[in-house]
Amino acid sequence: MSYWFTEDHEWVLLEDDVATIGISDYAQGQLGDVVYVEVPEVGADIVKGDELAVVESVKAASEVYSPVSGEVIEVNEDLEGSPTMVNEAPLEGGWFAKVKVTDSTEIEGLMDEVAYKIYVEGLDG
Amino acid sequence: MSEMSAARKTILHELHVELGAKMVPFAGYDMPVQYPDGILKEHLHTRAAAGLFDVSHMGQVVISGDDPAAAIEKLIPGDIQALAPGEMRYSFLTNNEGGILDDLIVTRREDDLFVVVNAACKEQDIALLEKGLAGKAEVRELTDRALVALQGPKAAAVLTRYADEVAAMPFMTFREVTLDGIPCFVTRSGYTGEDGYEISIPNDHAVSFCRKLLAEDEVAPIGLGARDSLRLEAGLCLYGHDLDEQTTPVSAGLLWAISKRRRDEGGFPGADIIQAEITNKPEMKRVGILPEGRAPAREHTEITDEAGNVIGEVTSGGFSPCLEAPIAMGYVPLAFSAVGTKINLLVRGKARPATVAKMPFVEQRYYRG
Repeated sequence: MSYWFTEDHEWVLLEDDVATIGISDYAQGQLGDVVYVEVPEVGADIVKGDELAVVESVKAASEVYSPVSGEVIEVNEDLEGSPTMVNEAPLEGGWFAKVKVTDSTEIEGLMDEVAYKIYVEGLDG
Repeated sequence: MSEMSAARKTILHELHVELGAKMVPFAGYDMPVQYPDGILKEHLHTRAAAGLFDVSHMGQVVISGDDPAAAIEKLIPGDIQALAPGEMRYSFLTNNEGGILDDLIVTRREDDLFVVVNAACKEQDIALLEKGLAGKAEVRELTDRALVALQGPKAAAVLTRYADEVAAMPFMTFREVTLDGIPCFVTRSGYTGEDGYEISIPNDHAVSFCRKLLAEDEVAPIGLGARDSLRLEAGLCLYGHDLDEQTTPVSAGLLWAISKRRRDEGGFPGADIIQAEITNKPEMKRVGILPEGRAPAREHTEITDEAGNVIGEVTSGGFSPCLEAPIAMGYVPLAFSAVGTKINLLVRGKARPATVAKMPFVEQRYYRG
């Protein structure tokens, strides 16, 4: 089991057919202090590329797009009271939603951790 | 990337980069939006101690002539003739419709006026001043000086270490002060709601003096991100957002900046329209807004009445680090402008309840002497 990353800095962790989705450490660093996260509703049908969540920092709102298609089966309720979890533990406690995926091959185009690290280094250059 | 490389740099640019600032394009300049501490910490630090802001991108202009105070009153509704030398006032350039072309600060000095204008408007402002004052006064931009703001409850204690005389300066006054051997223009003013100073300093000495200020225990560098959240908490307008050519000083709630004499006498662009609006009340009014819940309502968020009719728009909105809640300002019809009025904000299509609120959101702490 491993993390997969998009060029927009979302991550996916796929366990069987359930994808947990969040944003990368690089993304949280770019956004700065997160003050509010709008998560989707449980039961919502999401198509790959749709807006999944909105992350608000002091300065601006940023959309988070779903890297996979499927049904939202769980959202991270803890973010309501502690949105800074996205800054403190973006790959763990800062997850946004779990999606029951309809097509697990959708993650095949994503980057693994090594490829993503190289991608991010290229952005800072 | 061509836009980035074309961006102008202030004299403090290298220092910002050295301090680890995240640089962004702003009003044609490459400016620090935040330092490694981040906007939230920078904001709270300014309210608790002292923050140093680079505002060198703003225009510093000197207007000289036989009677520059009388001359400039043809272009702005501020009562500049009532100022004694060393006093300063917030005002705005108006157009013939009473709309606001820019907001600015005018200081009356012994022999001339010292004016600070917004970065994004400075070329246009200077052209307008030159045209409007032709034959009466000379307009000169000071491009050889940096401008920094030192803001916060410890600002006076810090700056007093360099010159005792700044301690007693009341809010909205100016002095020429030698700081660390450098001839500076010091005003007791700012854009955070805190006590503090703006310091105009010759370019050659700006970096070394800022390094000294930053070495003081109480002082941290603060970027444009926290500058925006601080001014919003203080209820202060940002030109191009809360004020523009379509807003008048009356609808913006800035009548306090137009004295009785200027209201009665007029004699500035759009005076007839502004005078009529004072009598008949404006259609729309700028108000503070407290959204319920935690979701910030950003600029351009639509405001509706409780029945769902769109009645206005948010012009500045964000998150208040001090209140730990979202805050905003925007324009609503006069009938909805009373504090406590219930409204809704359409955030991402969803109507969220909010209340018209008193501003400032955080108490201003100016030093009145």
